[in-house]
Amino acid sequence: MNDYYLNQGLPKPVASPDGLDGPFWEAAQQGILKLQKCRGCGKFQWGPEWICHRCHSFDLGFSEVDASGRIYSYERVWHPVHPALKEQGAYLVVLVELPHADQVRMVGNLIGDAEQDVLIGSDVKAVYEHHPDDDPSHTLINWALTQ
Amino acid sequence: MTDIKTTSARTLRGQVAVVGVGETEYYKRGEAPDPEFKLALEAIVTACENAGISPTEIDGFTSYSNDRSDASRLAAALGIDDLRLANMQWGGGGGGGSAAIANASAAIATGGAECVVVFRALAQGQFGRFGQGPQRNTISGENAHTIPYGLMTPAQMFAMKVQRFMHDHGVEQAALRAISMASYHHAQHNPRAVMYGRPLTEEIYDESRWIVEPFHLYDCCQENDGAAAMILVSAERAKDFPHPPCYLLSAVSGSHHRAGAPVHNAPDYATSTFKTVAPRLYRMGGVEASDVDVLQSYENFTGGVMMSIVEHGFCHPDEVNEFFVNDRFLSPSGDLPLNTSGGNLAECYMHGLGLNIEAVRQIWGESTSQVNDAEVSMVISGPMVTPVSACIFGAESTI
Repeated sequence: MNDYYLNQGLPKPVASPDGLDGPFWEAAQQGILKLQKCRGCGKFQWGPEWICHRCHSFDLGFSEVDASGRIYSYERVWHPVHPALKEQGAYLVVLVELPHADQVRMVGNLIGDAEQDVLIGSDVKAVYEHHPDDDPSHTLINWALTQ
Repeated sequence: MTDIKTTSARTLRGQVAVVGVGETEYYKRGEAPDPEFKLALEAIVTACENAGISPTEIDGFTSYSNDRSDASRLAAALGIDDLRLANMQWGGGGGGGSAAIANASAAIATGGAECVVVFRALAQGQFGRFGQGPQRNTISGENAHTIPYGLMTPAQMFAMKVQRFMHDHGVEQAALRAISMASYHHAQHNPRAVMYGRPLTEEIYDESRWIVEPFHLYDCCQENDGAAAMILVSAERAKDFPHPPCYLLSAVSGSHHRAGAPVHNAPDYATSTFKTVAPRLYRMGGVEASDVDVLQSYENFTGGVMMSIVEHGFCHPDEVNEFFVNDRFLSPSGDLPLNTSGGNLAECYMHGLGLNIEAVRQIWGESTSQVNDAEVSMVISGPMVTPVSACIFGAESTI
């Protein structure tokens, strides 16, 4: 028994070889949410890109963000599409909107009973799922309802 | 010379016609006895026979979704003398089905080619499935932000959009069921359909397992092997072929502001991607939703059909539950006959090109679920991806 939300064996996230999202994954391993922010116009964008879609600046960096948001949409998955999920049963994937980061959205799992009723608009906070002994080591960012 | 390039002159309307269609036998995924490239050749040769021409008269190929059957290899295999068009529409899924017709037609209308075949071939047994996640140790790029959370297949990508739309507009499951029921109903009249002889009832639908909420098994397209092809020539030439001309009234593609923003970040998210495309479709075609006699709307998943029909102006988003009732979609009695060959759900998932072929057969009066006096026949290709596309065919009376 472990504290991981999904059974082990899915592909593990690694930083993109071109360097586009490296700071995000490094920060996640430290329990920090960092997203891409434009130094030209000061706005966040996600997923990361080489140019700011608003002001077309190439001067982009990563900034720490309050790791809380609200559920924008969700889905309860039943059919396993990967061998690692054969014994998983249902699980919940949420799309979380981040009001502290210009409403960008992130995908993660919703902690708790997979058969719970999920309400769009509910407040959630990030839960860092560290896999330090995995090869490669990595951290997933999941979400839990804010009570 | 300045008046030649006015906006009104820059249209495909009435300039091109379909003169032949063809498909291989349609198979369940992995069951085709032939390799994918041979399937492509078989569909193209069948479409040429349907048009009454030799394959050597083809001078162009268009396709989409990174079709693996290379145009130059096809041209060599068929002994074509003068290849003039080899065109691939960017984008995955079936979003390019009607775009490939637009691209072929644009070349014909502007003198770039004379006789173009639009085709799509798929052998998932040979090349792997769409509905399975990748089996590897690590993942990077955009997929690293979704796949480790168990979001990795088209059904899982699009359920997220449909769930939000259903939440925003109070849509009930029965609306999705009505779409699935229509496809299966029509497939029972179509011997080509993989689900021919396998009718669906509301009870079977309701009791079927969830794939990913809000999609039951019967909300999801099949995975199939086969190939389909369509021959296009100029409207002037089209009068000399065995079939009455099936004119292209409109064909457009595209997507809205940042539809392709990574990791589910499109600002307008819960959409079939047709909000900017549908108005251009109707404008080029000179028709409105109320003029459409029969509709083929690509079912990757029923939720995409629902949003497509809304965004093409057939129904207000807050009236989906009242509009999406089964009888409305049945040929010939319904007021919007839908997916009359059985569509991707029940005829075959040939990345939607079968829907375009069915739309042509409706104009020719050759459908197995024929609509009475079909004059305006519309196809919506590949909802929820980007870019998407759509087209409208018309009978002689519409020109």
